[in-house]
Amino acid sequence: MKKEPTEIACESCKHFNASALKKLGLDASNCDFVIALAGNPNTGKSTVFNALTGLNQHTGNWPGKTVVRAEGAYSFEDNRYKLVDLPGTYSLLSTSQDEEVARNFILFGSPDVTVVVVDASRLERNLNLVLQVLEITDRAVLCLNIMDEAKRHGISIDERTLSRDLGIPVVPTSARSNEGIPLLIQTISQVAKREIFCNPHRIKSKSPEINQSVDELSGDIEKIYPGLPNSRWIAIRLLEGDKRVIEAVENNELFVPAL
Amino acid sequence: MIEVKEKSVKVLKRASELRWKVGNNFHDKLSESIYADAAEIANRAEIKANGNRTDHFDRALDKILTSRTFGFPIMILILSVILWLTIEGANYPSKMLAVLLLDNVYPLLKSGASAIGMAWWLDGLLIDGIYLAAAWVISVMLPPMAIFFPLFTLLEDFGYLPRVAFNLDSMFRKSGAHGKQALTMSMGWGCNAAGVIATRIIDSPRERLIAIITNNFSLCNGRWPTQILIATIFIGVLVPASISGLAATGSVIAIALLGVAFTFWVSWGLSRTMLKGKVSTFALELPPYRPPRFWKTVYTSLIDRTIIVLWRAVLFAAPAGAVIWLISNIYLGNQSLAISMIDWMDGFGLLIGLNGVILLAYIVAIPANEIVIPTILMLTVASTGLMGGAGEGVMFELESTTATAEILKAGGWTLLTGINLMLFSLLHNPCSTTIYTIYMETKSVKWTTVASVMPIILGFVITFLVAQVWRILV
Repeated sequence: MKKEPTEIACESCKHFNASALKKLGLDASNCDFVIALAGNPNTGKSTVFNALTGLNQHTGNWPGKTVVRAEGAYSFEDNRYKLVDLPGTYSLLSTSQDEEVARNFILFGSPDVTVVVVDASRLERNLNLVLQVLEITDRAVLCLNIMDEAKRHGISIDERTLSRDLGIPVVPTSARSNEGIPLLIQTISQVAKREIFCNPHRIKSKSPEINQSVDELSGDIEKIYPGLPNSRWIAIRLLEGDKRVIEAVENNELFVPAL
Repeated sequence: MIEVKEKSVKVLKRASELRWKVGNNFHDKLSESIYADAAEIANRAEIKANGNRTDHFDRALDKILTSRTFGFPIMILILSVILWLTIEGANYPSKMLAVLLLDNVYPLLKSGASAIGMAWWLDGLLIDGIYLAAAWVISVMLPPMAIFFPLFTLLEDFGYLPRVAFNLDSMFRKSGAHGKQALTMSMGWGCNAAGVIATRIIDSPRERLIAIITNNFSLCNGRWPTQILIATIFIGVLVPASISGLAATGSVIAIALLGVAFTFWVSWGLSRTMLKGKVSTFALELPPYRPPRFWKTVYTSLIDRTIIVLWRAVLFAAPAGAVIWLISNIYLGNQSLAISMIDWMDGFGLLIGLNGVILLAYIVAIPANEIVIPTILMLTVASTGLMGGAGEGVMFELESTTATAEILKAGGWTLLTGINLMLFSLLHNPCSTTIYTIYMETKSVKWTTVASVMPIILGFVITFLVAQVWRILV
């Protein structure tokens, strides 16, 4: 489990050359890719946001700090990235305003990559949201943040197993001290450019009726929108009677990303 | 396109048929599946070593900080220490700034203006009005903010605010409001507009409205300096100098806690009259304690909060300075506009234990609470003619709080005026930014009006009652 030396070696590699990353602050014009930052409250999304954009979005150690989405930008190598910091939420299934901002953006804002920031010392609870995000999008990166604290609490995480189980890249970071951020930037760029393909985990329900209904409905939806990555999620939301999603199907708002 | 539309309608129809099939516990079943999957994946990936030492520390600390017996006293103690450090620490830099901006720069500007032959009214408007108002705000507000905000931010980064919410939760529930209101209330201690925006974390519209309407009872950073200054002048001088700082701190704490009490009372009242409904439950996560990175916190809170808030204050103070100079220098008959207005409001002001000057100052200062004190002092001088002709309509320099006290006493101020000003500063309409934010968040003229008018009515009633009781007893 001696990971540190490799990471330091990586960071000295030309791909991680500090000059390749330019923090662009608020200037989000002409961006090639849109990156969403999602995650539970108090996992350090805003700290990751600040580390990438060079902005000073206020951070604080309490859940609910960010209620509106903040936008910033950075460029890495030859591409410009717009970064959207979403409000922290425990799930995407309820209807409070901050959750809706997060959910609608991932669903309708069509981000190229969704980075889910999780607190490594509270992995299980955080995974609930990760699994929901993975139903909506198939281009995601797991940012395993607050690693420093997890270590202090005697928790270590087998990133390879986690990455295999979730079907997305996993990057351990301690955003407060900028550790792991270079690797995160690199991974985001690889997912955005389709150099890494994700094969996200899908929620398995134990109820056959639910599975059947979701499969049938998502099949129907895919017939209308071939290649829609989140037909299962749309089906789930339709079964729950989510008004905003029903409206989106009615008005033909669903978005199929270009390959 | 039409084809897609038809198909979509078909899908929606099928969805509502299937909704019957999956039954109404669909949401729960789905959540269960998600939890089960999450637990399985986490179990495979997580490797826990023995001896969670820091976790022990967190739990031990939480036991004390959120205990039924010690939770509240510790909360008050921490707030007291922060305020005491602010009051004691701000004095000296405040004086230095006043000497620099008012004793040195002001005469320079004045002589510069006369050297280039500036018209008397332009010189008055720009230097005696706008410059002095801005300089005053900087020297009065910058030092306390530069001490208070970093301290508060350190506490926030450490992870104490969720514990405050935890301690207050049961009281909020009893008053018919949402427990998360404790968080938005603490945000309001920084800025009410920010506190109003923060209420978005509350899902129930009913409880959110309660949180928005009562946020004004959290003393904001525009009002902390007012409270601190008045407490230092009127409460501090009542006791021996050695403990005057403590006495002033105590009275500011009392006002802040009174604000919390009003938050509960008004929430209680609203949830039983205009906003009836059930209390919703929620899970509050107590985040781990994190040692704050001291210098970074100090730096960002200075840049993020202090400078931005100060800039806003200066921006609002400058035109207010111009208005004050104008109403003090425009004459109707043989009285200036300011004096006429003060005389007109004096009767009502005295009835509620304040005076016409204070009421006029609050009207001029609607854009920003921060500039109330400078406005009051300046108007007091203008109305008493204390400094002779030259002082009228000019924001003047003050050597110390003692000098301020002398001027206020000459203007007919008593201990009652001081106490009632502190009360009125807690209980009056929100500043214009907050009112605008409330409208943006609620999109309702009705609730914006309720949130703006209710506190000021409450303020008049409370100050009136205090004045009557005071006059009977003293």
